[in-house]
Amino acid sequence: MSEPFPERSHHDLGGLPAGPIPQGEHDYALWEKRVDALMVLLTKPDQELMTVDQLRKGIESLPPDAYDRMSYYERWIYSITQALQHNGVITTTELGQKLEELQRRPASSGEST
Amino acid sequence: MSPRFEVGASVRVRNVSPPGHLRTPFYIRGCQGVVERICGPYRNPEELAYGNRQADRVPLYRVRFAQHHIWPDYCGPEQDTVDVELYEFWLEPTSENAHAA
Repeated sequence: MSEPFPERSHHDLGGLPAGPIPQGEHDYALWEKRVDALMVLLTKPDQELMTVDQLRKGIESLPPDAYDRMSYYERWIYSITQALQHNGVITTTELGQKLEELQRRPASSGEST
Repeated sequence: MSPRFEVGASVRVRNVSPPGHLRTPFYIRGCQGVVERICGPYRNPEELAYGNRQADRVPLYRVRFAQHHIWPDYCGPEQDTVDVELYEFWLEPTSENAHAA
């Protein structure tokens, strides 16, 4: 009989066989730095709009295939988006409108290095 | 909430996996270790994760485990250890525990 829910979450990899860990340094894209900075601002103690624990929960709740497919900061921004909607900071409608607006922009704008 | 365990106390990690946001890694559940230090009280992250900003503060411990107890096929030196930070509600006293309150 299979378990009704997994005892071990997909992200919980400690002790499982895995390949070698890349030890080299790597640069972050501008959007990745922005996501990191956004999280710092959102968790400021004086106006905490979400918690780091919510960030973790959102990441760890990703379906296994999405978790594997997404990059580190893609998981972050997915989770931040979920938490801000849950906490009533933004609505799904607002998010949809903003995404539409961004899609109408010329491809080059909004990108900087 | 004063800590239930002292430094040096022998503790076992509860071997449970309820569906929720768990801050104890799977590999250490059910293992026995010794309290290395008391890190202090922190709001329960397993409740903070669901948006309860007023979650109770609970003691956090750093617990030391022998590597060869955790991994049956561990082939490193006998004295190798791993420290894991664990919240009090994940810990229970062991029968050889002389320090538990």
